[in-house]
Parts: sequence; structure tokens; C-alpha cells
Amino acid sequence: MELKNRNLRDIYVDLLIEEARKNPNVVIVEADLSSALGSKRFFQEFPKRAINVGVQEANMIGVAAGLANMGKLPFTHTFTPFATRRVLDQVTLSVAYSQLNVKMVGSDPGVMAQLNGGTHMSLEDVGLMRAIPTMTVVEPVDGVQLASLFPQIVKHEGPVYIRLMRKGNDNVFNEGEEFELGKAKVIKEGKDVTIFCTGIEVKESLEAEKDLAERGISASVVNIHTVKPIDKETIIKEAKRTKAVVTVENHNIINGLGSAVAEVLVENCPTVMERVGVKDHFGEVGLKDFLMEKFGLKAHHIVDAVLKVLDRK
Amino acid sequence: MEKRAYLEQQAKEIRIHTLSCIGKLGVGHVGGSLSIADVLSVLYFDQMNIDPKNAKKPDRDRFVLSKGHGGPAVYSTLALKGYIPMDQLCTLNQPNTDLPSHTDKNRTNGVDMTTGSLGQGFSASVGMATAVQIDNAPYYVYSIIGDGESQEGQIWEASMFAGSQKLDHLISFTDYNKMQIDGTVEDVNGLDSLEAKWNAFNWHVQSIDGHDVIAIRDAILEAKKATGKPSMIILNTIKGKGADFAEGKVGSHNMPVTEEMAKEAIERLG
Repeated sequence: MELKNRNLRDIYVDLLIEEARKNPNVVIVEADLSSALGSKRFFQEFPKRAINVGVQEANMIGVAAGLANMGKLPFTHTFTPFATRRVLDQVTLSVAYSQLNVKMVGSDPGVMAQLNGGTHMSLEDVGLMRAIPTMTVVEPVDGVQLASLFPQIVKHEGPVYIRLMRKGNDNVFNEGEEFELGKAKVIKEGKDVTIFCTGIEVKESLEAEKDLAERGISASVVNIHTVKPIDKETIIKEAKRTKAVVTVENHNIINGLGSAVAEVLVENCPTVMERVGVKDHFGEVGLKDFLMEKFGLKAHHIVDAVLKVLDRK
Repeated sequence: MEKRAYLEQQAKEIRIHTLSCIGKLGVGHVGGSLSIADVLSVLYFDQMNIDPKNAKKPDRDRFVLSKGHGGPAVYSTLALKGYIPMDQLCTLNQPNTDLPSHTDKNRTNGVDMTTGSLGQGFSASVGMATAVQIDNAPYYVYSIIGDGESQEGQIWEASMFAGSQKLDHLISFTDYNKMQIDGTVEDVNGLDSLEAKWNAFNWHVQSIDGHDVIAIRDAILEAKKATGKPSMIILNTIKGKGADFAEGKVGSHNMPVTEEMAKEAIERLG
């Protein structure tokens, strides 16, 4: 399977189909966005196991819970805000509280909603989902990471929220690289500061690292693809080593990766820290670059945050 | 024993145990528990293919109480059927109990789905019937929704989908006792015509006396004949049926019940 230079949605659907060929329990449940995800191929190959409830997100989660209750392994999908805040009670009770094994994909996270604008821009979804007991929250960075994590997501007994960039692929990792669900990935090891990043901010963080290196600052870049359960061990180890932390996320700085890292640090090894992310603000319409610039998510914003945290060190 | 007498006796036992455990606790969802005693009797003691000794057998019929607050009536039924010990009934809502107000599949032997947030159990029962359809399996999924619950949008989402998918192994009931927490259903947000609504969503619809066990049994048999459509059996019921202090009273949704009140009501049931 080609994992580079292909939209993540195409790789995801390939992985789903591959799994469905092996596992007769795999079913997908869509809410009128199968065209957006490109899952029509799944519908063609497995017509009985592909369900489209139409524009009914709450019922999509309810139906998925019912399917899981009968031993099926459902994968649901809709845009990130409708996969989380719109159906929070259904996800919490029908899925998690009921201990049902449903995998839920939210696509176009944060600014990736782009021209769909503020109504479709979830900047709180990670916070909502990680507040639900038993939930696993994962945001694959690129095709290589998605392909490595996918079998682990399938194998994991329990609800998983997959925050999936639909179009695009940041091509950060080399083919063959392996990742472990729940385990952070140290991409660059530095000594002055650690940048914890996720999703589209991994690429920005790597760019920032180069800029910082030119200024004589040595930064660690650590990708936290699984925001819950969070890899406390790596966070603590890094914080103790570099003694300065910056978090970077395509999400509100409240309740997302920054908050999750801060929770680990304050209870284990209080460390000076800055959070890069959307500063408690609603989204708005625009292309990715415009929005990243406007909301402070670009590499130069990360550099500024590093300089600030180093001043406080 | 004649079928009617047998099923009426089971319904009476369900009411007696429901009143007894709520009376012991001092408060509970009396109204909506007593109104479904008759349908529970028909399902568990006549119609459902289930085995208390093999509670998880894969080819069993499933039951979802979407109006999860009727839990006490389900627990009484499960105890009478042998899923849980009789003496467990008095643990209703006590600390660390496995019998919470609203039914929970992970706590109570014999409960097929966790419910309580209205509208969600019904949606899950539609998903369960979807699995039956995918597998072309012979068993049925039964669910009960409330009339107040029918004001939830998710009920109509799931209803539209089930009708469109022709989920004919789904047989659902509306406990149409015409009352909800804040008043009569008609005063709060009326459902009329409920039959027309379900018909419009492509369901096979029957409207019957929800306290007539034989009418309930006949309606289920009729529903099984109606292929190509899910079935809605509207049970015209009386909230709090069988207990004077609760019967036909809006305040019976969740009310204080003393042991004395429960005892008197049980005596009147004979």
C-alpha cells in the first residue's frame, strides 16, 4: 500500500477494506459523508456491511452501538464537530458507558475544515473526547503513522476516537517506521527545550526545530499521536531532561494536548511551559495557511513560544 | 393454567415485586414501571426465545428498555424468570447495587442494553436489528419507548432509518400512558396522531389495550407476519396501573412511596 503522497482518507479506506476482507465483523456507519471520506469503495465491496443512516449523527452513534452490542466492529465517520460535540451524550452513554467497541472517525480537524468555516471547525473535540472515561484519542500525523497505528486501533477493545486529516498527507515519517498506540514518538532529540506536538503541527514543529537550531537552540520534537491515554513516562523524562516545554496543537489551548501535558507535569515535575494552539477562539472560514497564520499555528509562532519559555527557564 | 390467567398472574407478580422494592427504598419510578408490567409478562413468559440458564446465548431474542427508568419492572421480571436472585431485588439503588434506576447491561444479568438517556436505547435497538438483518438471522429485537421519550429527535431519526431499511425483525412498543414528568403529554408537547406518525415512517402499526395480555400477544404474532417493515405496537396504558396511589396520576413518574403505601397496594392487587 502506498503510504506517501496520498490523501489520508484514501489510505484509511484502504486499511478498512483490507481489515474487512479478513474480519467479517467490520462494518462502517456513515452519516451522508461517505463521498467526502471516499468510502464508496467499501460500500461497493461490502454492500451489506456498509450502512449510511443519512444526516443523522446521533442515530449513527446509536446504530453503531447496537451493531457493536451484537458483536460487530463498527467504524463511524462524520466531520469532527459532528463526531464529537453534536453527539457527546450518545458517545458517552451508548458507546463508552455501555462498554461497546466502536471506532469513531472525525475528519477535517480544527483549521482543516477550511472553507466549511467556523460551524464545521472543531477546536474542542479532543477536550470533549478525552474527558470520557475509557476513550482512546488518537490523531495520526501521516500515512505511515496511520498504517502503523490502524491494526492496533482494530485490536484495542474499547472506544477509539480517530482525529483524521482527510485531504493531504504531511509525509513526516519514513516508510517502515513503527508506532505504538499510547506511546509518544521522539522524532528529534535536543537538550534545551521539548516541543510536544500532534497532527498537522508536527510538520510545523520540525520546521521550527530547524529555525531554532540555526539560532543555536537544541530542541526535542516529540509527537504525541495518542492524546489519551497519554504517555506520561516520555513527557516526564523529556521535561526532566530539557527543563522547558512547549505544546503545539491544531485545537483550543484549553483541554487539548497542552492541558493534557500540563496535567502530567504539575503532578510530577513542574516545568516552565508555553502552549501553542488556538487561543480560546472560535474558528472561521479560510484556507489552511491563512487560518494557521491567523490562529498562531505556524512554525514561527512555535519559535516565539520556545524563545519565551527559554526566557522563563 | 389458561394462557391469559398465567400471563396476568406474571404481570401481577411483576407489579408486586416492583412496588415492594420501590417501597423499601422509599422513592422510585413507579408510574412508568407499572404501566409496562403486562408487556413484560408477555415478552418474558410467552414470546421471547431466551434461556435464563444461558443468558448470553447468541441466537436469543433481544430486549431493550429504551425508557430505561422502567428498570424496577425489568428487574422484577428478570428475578421471576430466574436471571437474578429474588433477594437481590431489594438492593435497588442501594450503594454498589447491580440494579440501578436505569437498566445497565454491564451490571445486570439478562439486560441487553444500557439505557437511561432517552432516545438512545431505541436507536441502539435499531442498530441491533441492523445486525440481525446483516446476518440474515432468525431472532428478533424488541424495544419499548415511552410517550414522553417520543418527543426526542433521536427516536424519529432511528424510526426513519428502520423504516427505510425495512428492519422487520424489530418489534417496538410505545408505552402510551399519556403522561410525562411535567404534565399530560398532550399539554406538554402532544403526539397525536401517534399512529399516523409511525405509519408515515413506514412502520407496521397496531394500537391496542396495553394491559390486555392476549391483545399484546396477538399483536406480536401479527407483527412477525408483517414482513418488510419494522413493527410499532402502541400500548394504550395507564401510568401507575395497579397501584391506587399512582394510577392515572401525573406525579407518579418518580415519587416517594412508603412501605405502608406499597403494602396496601400489593394487598389490593390480591
